[in-house]
Amino acid sequence: IRFTLLFNHYCLLILAKAGQFFSSGHTNNWAVLVCTSRFWFNYRHVANTLSVYRSVKRLGIPDSHIVLMLADDMACNHRNPKPATVFSHKNMELNVYGDDVEVDYRGYEVTVENFLRVLTGRLPPSTPRSKRLLSDDHSNILIYLTGTSRWNGFLKFQDSEEISNVELADAFEQMWTKRRYNELLFIIDTCQGASMYERFYSPNLMALASSQVGEDSLSHQPDLAIGVHLMDRYTFYLLEFLEDIHPASTANMNDLFKVCPKSQCVSTPGHRTDLFLRDPGNVLITDFFGSVRKVEITMETINLTAPMVPVSELKTESQSYVDQLPVAEIIHQKPKQRDWHPPDGFILGLWTLILLVFFKTYGAKHLKHIF
Amino acid sequence: MAAHRCNIFMLVFVLCGLTYVFVRADIEDTNHVKDAESVAVDIAPKANIGASLRSTKTEDQTQAAEEERQWEATEVKEADRVPDTMQTPDVPPLTPAKDQFQEELVIRPLHSGDIYASFQFRTMWDTDFLRGSKVSHYRLFPKSLGQVISKFSVRELHISFTQGYWRTMQWGQPFLPSPPGAELWVWFQDTVTDVDGAWKELTNVLSGIFCASLNFIDSTNTVQPSASFKPLGLGNVTDQRFLRYAVLPREIVCTENLTPWKKLLPCGSKAGLAVLMKSEKLFHSSFHSQALHFRPVCQDWKCKSTVWELRQTLNVVFDLHTSGQGKREWSLFKMFSRTVTEACPLASSSKVYVDVTDNPQGELFELSPTTPLLSQAVVLGDRRTYSVYDLTNQATFGQTRSLNMLLRWRAAESGDMLRPLLHGERYVAGYGLQTGEIHTLMYNNHPYRAFPVLLLDTVPWYLRLYIHTLTVTSKGRDNKPSYIHYQPSKDRLRPHLLEMLVQLPPNSVTEVTMQFERALLKWTEYTPDPNHGFYVGSSVISALVPSVVAMDTNSTRECPLFSSFFPCKEESSYFMRVYTEPLLVNLPTPDFSMPYNVICLTCTVVAVGYGSLYNLLTRTFQVEEPSPGLAKRLANIIRRLRGVPLL
Repeated sequence: IRFTLLFNHYCLLILAKAGQFFSSGHTNNWAVLVCTSRFWFNYRHVANTLSVYRSVKRLGIPDSHIVLMLADDMACNHRNPKPATVFSHKNMELNVYGDDVEVDYRGYEVTVENFLRVLTGRLPPSTPRSKRLLSDDHSNILIYLTGTSRWNGFLKFQDSEEISNVELADAFEQMWTKRRYNELLFIIDTCQGASMYERFYSPNLMALASSQVGEDSLSHQPDLAIGVHLMDRYTFYLLEFLEDIHPASTANMNDLFKVCPKSQCVSTPGHRTDLFLRDPGNVLITDFFGSVRKVEITMETINLTAPMVPVSELKTESQSYVDQLPVAEIIHQKPKQRDWHPPDGFILGLWTLILLVFFKTYGAKHLKHIF
Repeated sequence: MAAHRCNIFMLVFVLCGLTYVFVRADIEDTNHVKDAESVAVDIAPKANIGASLRSTKTEDQTQAAEEERQWEATEVKEADRVPDTMQTPDVPPLTPAKDQFQEELVIRPLHSGDIYASFQFRTMWDTDFLRGSKVSHYRLFPKSLGQVISKFSVRELHISFTQGYWRTMQWGQPFLPSPPGAELWVWFQDTVTDVDGAWKELTNVLSGIFCASLNFIDSTNTVQPSASFKPLGLGNVTDQRFLRYAVLPREIVCTENLTPWKKLLPCGSKAGLAVLMKSEKLFHSSFHSQALHFRPVCQDWKCKSTVWELRQTLNVVFDLHTSGQGKREWSLFKMFSRTVTEACPLASSSKVYVDVTDNPQGELFELSPTTPLLSQAVVLGDRRTYSVYDLTNQATFGQTRSLNMLLRWRAAESGDMLRPLLHGERYVAGYGLQTGEIHTLMYNNHPYRAFPVLLLDTVPWYLRLYIHTLTVTSKGRDNKPSYIHYQPSKDRLRPHLLEMLVQLPPNSVTEVTMQFERALLKWTEYTPDPNHGFYVGSSVISALVPSVVAMDTNSTRECPLFSSFFPCKEESSYFMRVYTEPLLVNLPTPDFSMPYNVICLTCTVVAVGYGSLYNLLTRTFQVEEPSPGLAKRLANIIRRLRGVPLL
């Protein structure tokens, strides 16, 4: 009897733990990966973003849940000696661009306004789904930013505008009040990156940066054939670390904090976990980098009917192709009827002036000749 | 500690039980069984919970797979190959398939040593997008595109993405011309009331489908041509109010545009000719263009009913020298780094054509493997001979089960190329950043025939054209166009539109010149890299060119896809479009650090100037005596007491 009681007790414990696993946390994963710099010499920033994109895709997040923003095109740039490739290492073994890439925002579309609109969800109604962050309050979001910032407190977008740490913190607060995320991991690889997460104040945010305030993030190594630096140090070692992660991996955030120590990175990576409710040691890497699919089994049966037989078409009279260059028709074309617009302000004013002058010179008694 | 160990043991016990139950349930799927068993052995608690998740997932997968198998059974009608896992269908016989898919690849060696490969994929579907009842059953036709077409009531959609410029004088005429950048032109149905609104939404939706920045198409680069771009499909409605045309010359084409384009094909990039499309080779070329054309066509030669045709084309020109080796030798493997192993099972015809017109006896180059099939087609006004490889025939693949065509040149001389009859060039003349001149040259290389061409020019509003300086000259004399349509631009609203019908005299060059002035933009309107310059889209020259050979107006015969794109009305001429180069003009660019400089300077001037002025006006000078020594101060005190003047 004691054995059965013990058994029941432990079964309940197991169920409670299982229940906790299923009720805590998230049901879907999103990733917003942004590269903010333009021009060929910033090849490494695009390579950074693409390597995180590659890892995130490999670990299970589908393209429909990734918003990828690249400010310039490096792969098909005419300076690229190997078109349609972006390499992360000078031995050219890993093409992070790949064959199956979908960039949602590219070129001039990567602006501070578009980035903040994506985060807060305030996009014009005709924006397609692939350009929206359709997260809900059970989404875990990974946000990765890379670019240049010469001073502390901001990140430059395409060398013409910047986003400040206050704006970013406010955007995250908007996301929190609108319940657009469950937990958010923010990674930034730029000079003085730690200044970007100093101002966060919303709950459930964890942030990582490649360097502290006052330090510069350095690039890894140049390639002599391509002629530019291929990747930044922090993201290079991050990619190396992520390549060892697979969807069932149990590595947690503490391992991620150890990526790229000062000996490898030259700068000191920093992290911030005070706003995060769970203990980082309990947070799996795949909670943010991978994708969770919850499966519900149903025993209902669905009747699949045969496809609809289309109604027989009405037989129209035989049609023909349009003449592509009907010269005679074009020459004798009537000017097309333009929609009538009421006269413009200037014309109205001019006519009023003319009428006023007329009636002033000739007097109002002439009005009777008109009416 | 004991509790913890007992916990683990109980967990293992419970989950083993669960796993056993699931193993019993899906007894047919050996793969899933192996998975569940191997996972159950792992004793870490979290992984076990994961295992239970996965085993539930496998259950669901089996159920889904079974449902899928049922669905597949009702689906199979005319598949060329019966899948092995299919169960015997016991459904009533269905109507014949309403859609069909054809694919072909044309390889044409060019005289400069390069090679031109053109893929064409055609899906024809007999359905009705127009009627209210929504189409929900998609088989070969891509669903994402079908939904867009029915939502926006699109009659014709033509979109192309091109990287590089087609060199007509060196390469001849392409099968399907396209301008550099992105070009989109759409004919809407006549039931659409707000064409501009539908256009704006359509461009946004397409930008999401093709991962391109088509959302930059707005009223500043959209025009409504009045005579060009007549519908290429069936129909008699030609009210140009329903036509919109836009071009983005700056648009970059890369793998992210190719990926969604390939996903629209029925076989994707997994089978058939689409396996050859590997981005690393396709973008390492002199010219790359992918396009999508949607229009209504005749179902058969009687033309009693219309079907909807979706053509996806990919044209690429590989350069002889960038591909390495000096030898003039081309093969499928050298071009695409892949070979064809099978035809797309969903295709009703899958063929590869190699142009052997210049090689009737095999004296110029050697083609292997040889094929007995030859076909002649009249395309671009010329009769060409093609060797045909039929991929639906297993014998084509031979012993190696793969087809790799090899063309090896024997002679060094390639002979003369047939000069293209129509050719266009455009450039900007002038100096400085204030004014300039656009020159468009149109060459008519026919020895004795003159023909009319329609020139369409779209110039952005920031190049202010002076139309009174428009001159059209041929052979030194003025050539008055028989039709001119000019729509002036409105700043920040509308671009210039100029359409002219010009008769080109035989064997001549016609030059169209126009002067313009460059505008200064507002400082927020400049792009982040304004020193690169601003692009002006290509001019479009549409012409009915007299053909050397009688064109085939008889649409009864089955003709290859590449020769049947432009509809042919008469035998003596064929319709052609030529695109000129896009222009790159520099606008006067301000120094963007000037606001900072101005603020500093102004503040300094105000501080120095105002400060000095204020001081001058309000400062008074008072003479102040130095304070006297102690002795004098004491003496002054005594003197004051005495009432005597001070020292």
